[in-house]
Amino acid sequence: MSQSYDRGLIEDFGRWQEFSAGMWAWIFHKFTGWVLIGYLFTHIAVLSTSTVDGATYTMTLQSLESLLVVRILEVGLLAVAVFHILNGVRLLFVDLGVGLESQDKAFYAALIVSAAITVASIPTFLVGAF
Amino acid sequence: MADYYSSFEPKGTRWLLQRLTAAFLVVVLAYHFMLLHFVNHAAEVTIAGTTARMSQVGYFITMVSFLVAGTFHGVNGVYNALVNQGLEGTPKTAVKWLLAVAGVMLVVQGIRVAIAMTNLI
Repeated sequence: MSQSYDRGLIEDFGRWQEFSAGMWAWIFHKFTGWVLIGYLFTHIAVLSTSTVDGATYTMTLQSLESLLVVRILEVGLLAVAVFHILNGVRLLFVDLGVGLESQDKAFYAALIVSAAITVASIPTFLVGAF
Repeated sequence: MADYYSSFEPKGTRWLLQRLTAAFLVVVLAYHFMLLHFVNHAAEVTIAGTTARMSQVGYFITMVSFLVAGTFHGVNGVYNALVNQGLEGTPKTAVKWLLAVAGVMLVVQGIRVAIAMTNLI
């Protein structure tokens, strides 16, 4: 059985130095979630060029991919997506009541693994961008 | 008593769907990123390659399911976040319908895009 508790005003970001791992996980999950849903709308808008004709679609995607800033933003998107996935798995376990005593460690692990995957992916994302 | 905090009380259809879509999206989002950035590089995507992928029944169904699940999870997540911030009353109702309409429009447009990319239909 779950129990909620008074967490105070989490929206008071002036208290950030008092935030626990769980508070940071909550904030990062919200932030990455906002980025991902914003990106989904943008993604469908860009892919909508396929409803014009094939050449427009190919030209649009390849023009975007020729911009260094797009490649860098893609690395950022990967970082955001990987963290949201890993922390999301952690939340599913929390909801199932599994590993509750390891929540903090799981959050730190999600951060470290996200960072490692992001750094390791940089060469793949930037190949041909220069 | 379990010592944890969750944004949701475990009840209701939206609560369950948010978690079911999460479990699906964990797998498909990772697959989507792997396929279109590491197996096929995004810079090399062409309409021919896209059409070849989207003309496979399994891939087409997976991508449309991905769109529907992602839209629900994202739009419902935004709604929950705003309610969590204290949204209530008329603004809450207005936001609910705005997000619902935006979500439906995104799915409809996404399916139009998927149909334009496939030879199946």
